[in-house]
Amino acid sequence: MFDNLSGRLSDAARQLTGKGRLTESNIKDTLRQVRLALLEADVALPVVKTFIERIRVRALGEEVGKSLTPGQALVRIIHDELVQILGSESAPLDLRAQPPVVILLAGLQGAGKTTTAAKLAKRLIDREKKKVMLVSVDVHRPAAILQLQTLAGEVGALHCASDAGEKPTRIVDRALDEARRSHADVLIVDTAGRLHIDSGMMQEVVEVHEAAQPLETLFVVDSMAGQDAVNAATAFNESLSLTGTVLTKADGDAKGGVALSVVEVTGKPIRFMGIGEKIDALEAFHPDRMASRILGMGDVLSLVEEIEHTVSKEKTEKLAKKLKKGRGFDLSDLRDQLEQMMNMGGLATMLDKLPMPGNVNPAALADSANEQKIRRQIAIINSMTPSERRFPKTINGSRKKRIANGSGQQIQDVNRLLKQHLQMERMMKKVSRGGMKKFMRGMPGGGMPPGFR
Amino acid sequence: MFGKKEKPEKRDGFIKRLRARINRGDSWLTYDLANLAPGGTIDEDVLDELEALLVMADVGVETTERIISDLQKSLARKELKDVAALRNGLRASLCGILAPVEKPLSIEKPGGPFVILMVGVNGAGKTTTIGKLARHLKDDGYSVMLAAGDTFRAAAVEQLQAWGERNDVAVIAQQAGADPAAVIFDAWEAARARNIDVLLADTAGRLQSQTGLMDELAKVKRVVARRDESAPHEIMLVLDASQGQNALVQAEKFHEALGLTGITVTKLDGSAKGGILLAIANRLNVPVRFIGIGEAAEDMQPFAADDFVDALLTSGGQGK
Repeated sequence: MFDNLSGRLSDAARQLTGKGRLTESNIKDTLRQVRLALLEADVALPVVKTFIERIRVRALGEEVGKSLTPGQALVRIIHDELVQILGSESAPLDLRAQPPVVILLAGLQGAGKTTTAAKLAKRLIDREKKKVMLVSVDVHRPAAILQLQTLAGEVGALHCASDAGEKPTRIVDRALDEARRSHADVLIVDTAGRLHIDSGMMQEVVEVHEAAQPLETLFVVDSMAGQDAVNAATAFNESLSLTGTVLTKADGDAKGGVALSVVEVTGKPIRFMGIGEKIDALEAFHPDRMASRILGMGDVLSLVEEIEHTVSKEKTEKLAKKLKKGRGFDLSDLRDQLEQMMNMGGLATMLDKLPMPGNVNPAALADSANEQKIRRQIAIINSMTPSERRFPKTINGSRKKRIANGSGQQIQDVNRLLKQHLQMERMMKKVSRGGMKKFMRGMPGGGMPPGFR
Repeated sequence: MFGKKEKPEKRDGFIKRLRARINRGDSWLTYDLANLAPGGTIDEDVLDELEALLVMADVGVETTERIISDLQKSLARKELKDVAALRNGLRASLCGILAPVEKPLSIEKPGGPFVILMVGVNGAGKTTTIGKLARHLKDDGYSVMLAAGDTFRAAAVEQLQAWGERNDVAVIAQQAGADPAAVIFDAWEAARARNIDVLLADTAGRLQSQTGLMDELAKVKRVVARRDESAPHEIMLVLDASQGQNALVQAEKFHEALGLTGITVTKLDGSAKGGILLAIANRLNVPVRFIGIGEAAEDMQPFAADDFVDALLTSGGQGK
C-alpha cells in the first residue's frame, strides 16, 4: 500500500534540484505531480484541492536549509501536512466507562465489518484482557449472523445469538442484557452493510445506535474505496456521530488515499488497519508513521512494537540470560528465532514495514526470505541431534550428509544455514544484554538477521 | 437474457432504474453540465470543470485525460457551440471507450456443464452475484448448480446455501477449510452426472497482491480443465463500483493470473458512478458482462454501453 504514492512524490521532489528557495514557479510542476499522485491514490478531489493549497501557501518563500535539497524541503512540508491531517498520534479506543462498553461498527456492504468485529474482539481479549461479547444485527445478508458466531468461537469471545427474523433494536436490547448478566467488559455490535443514500437502512442503523448507546462508533472502510467514500463517510458521520475509522484490507496494493479523505471529512482519527487474512491481522493506526510510510521512510517503529508483542518474552529472556552467562547462541536458539518470525505472520508482513530504497524490488526480497524457506531451515535444524545443535562445530561432512537427507535438503542448504548461524552468533556476542528489542535495533536496516537481506 | 430475445418491457424498466439509481445522491453530469456553462458557451474552463467531475467519478487520471483531450480537439475545431454539443461530444467519447467491451455472456453447451468461475477481492459481492445469476439462468430455462468454493471465510458456504434454497438450486459443498479446487472438481462431476447446464463456482475473496492465494486460483482453473479442456468457460471478475483506482490494478492482476473472460460490476446503486469501468475498458479488452444496481435479482442485467452512458448523462427524472 502507498508504494506508488511515495514513488511519485519522490520523483516529483527529485526534479526540484539546485534551487535555493521554493517559489511559485519552481514548485508548480511538483505540486501538479503531487496532485495527480493523490488523485490516483483515490484521495477525494475536494480534499486534494485543500491539501495542495495548504502546501503551496506553506512552501512559498520557504528558505531551504543548508542540509536539505529543495526537493527534500518540500517533502518535509508535505510530510508535516500529512501528519497534521492524519492526526499527530495514534488514538486508542476509549473503553473507560461502566461495562459493558459498547462498540458499534458501521459501513458499506463488503467493507469488512464482520471480520473487523472478530479481529477487534481478538485484540481486546489478547492485549487488554477484556471479556468481549459479539452480536450481529445483520438480519439482511444470508448467513451473516452465523459468520460472526463462527468467528466468535475462533477468537474466544462470547456470542449473543440473534435471529434474522428479529428486529435489530430488539437484538441490541437483548445483547445488552446478556452482556451485563455474563459480566462482559465490551459488547461489539456488528451491523449490516448499507448504502449511505438508502434512507430506510440509515434510519435502521440510527435506531440501533440509539438503542446501543455506544461509546465508540467506528466507520469501517475499504482501503480500496474510491472518490465516493467521502460522501459515505460524511453521511455516516452525520447520522451516527462517528468516533473513529477502521481501514480494512490495507495489506493489498491499494494506495489507500481514502484514509486521508475520511479523516479530513469526519475529523475523527483512524484507529486500526486490517492487514491480512489472519484473525490477528489488525494493527493500531499510527498517523505519524503512516505519513512517513507514504513518503517512503518505512515503518520501523511499528515493526518493533509488533515484535515486542509477538516474540514470547520468556524465550527472549532465556536467550538474554544465556548470552549474559557467556554461553553461545546455538542452533536451537536460531530455531526459536525462526519460529518467532513465522509467528509474526510471515516475513512478507515484516518486509512491508521496513523502509525500502526505491531500487529494491520488495517482491523479490520477500521471495528470498519467504515462509517456505524458513520452514525448510527449521526442518534442517530439527534433523540434527541435540548435541549437534548445541555444538555446531562438531557437524562434519558425514553428519551434514545425514542432516541433509533427514530434512530433504541439499548439503549446500545445510552449509548455508550453518554459515548464517555463525554470522548471527558473532552478532549476538556483541549484544551484551537486553532482549530482542535491542537486538533488532542494533542491526542495520531495522533488524533483518544476516542472510535474509 | 443470454442471447435470447428478452422481453422489452423488462429491459426498459431496468434502464429507468439504472438512470434513477446512478443519479441518486448528487445528480451528476446533466445537471452539472448545464451549471458548468451558465452562459451556454463552452471554453477551456468548462472542460477543466468537467475534468474534475470525471475524476470524482473514479474515471482515473489517464482515462480522463483521454476524454478531455478528445473534447479539446473538438473545441479547437469550434464544434462545441453549446451544452448540447458538449454532451454529444462527451457521449461519443464515453461510448467509444465502452462499446468495445459490451459483449453479453452466451451460454453454450459443449457436452459438459458450462462452468463459470467467480473471482474477486474480499467483499466485492461474488456470492451475492452468484445468487442473482443463478436466478436469472433458471428463469431462462437452464439447469443450474452452485459450487461452494469459498472454504475460507466463516459461513460463506451457508451464505451460498441460503441462495441455493431461495432459488431451489443444488449446492455442492464440503467442510470449511477444504481444498477449493477439490470442491469445484467434485461439483463438476456432480453437475455432469446430473446433466446440469451451468455450474457457478464461488471462490474466496482475495487481494490481488496475495501471490499464494492467486496461485490457488490458478490451480482451481487447472483442475477444472482436467476433465473438460474448455472449462472454465467463463472466468468472471466481480468488481465493486465504489472502488477507486485499485480496481484497475485488480482487473490487471487477475487477468494476468487467470485470463479473465468477463467482468461484472456490482453496487452501482451507491452514489459512486462506477467510472472505474471506463478506466478498465480503456486499458483492458475484457468484456463487461453484467452490472448490478440493487439488492433484488432483477437489479442485475447485461451491460449495454449505450444505456450506461445514457444513464450517466441523463438525470433520473427526465426521459432521454
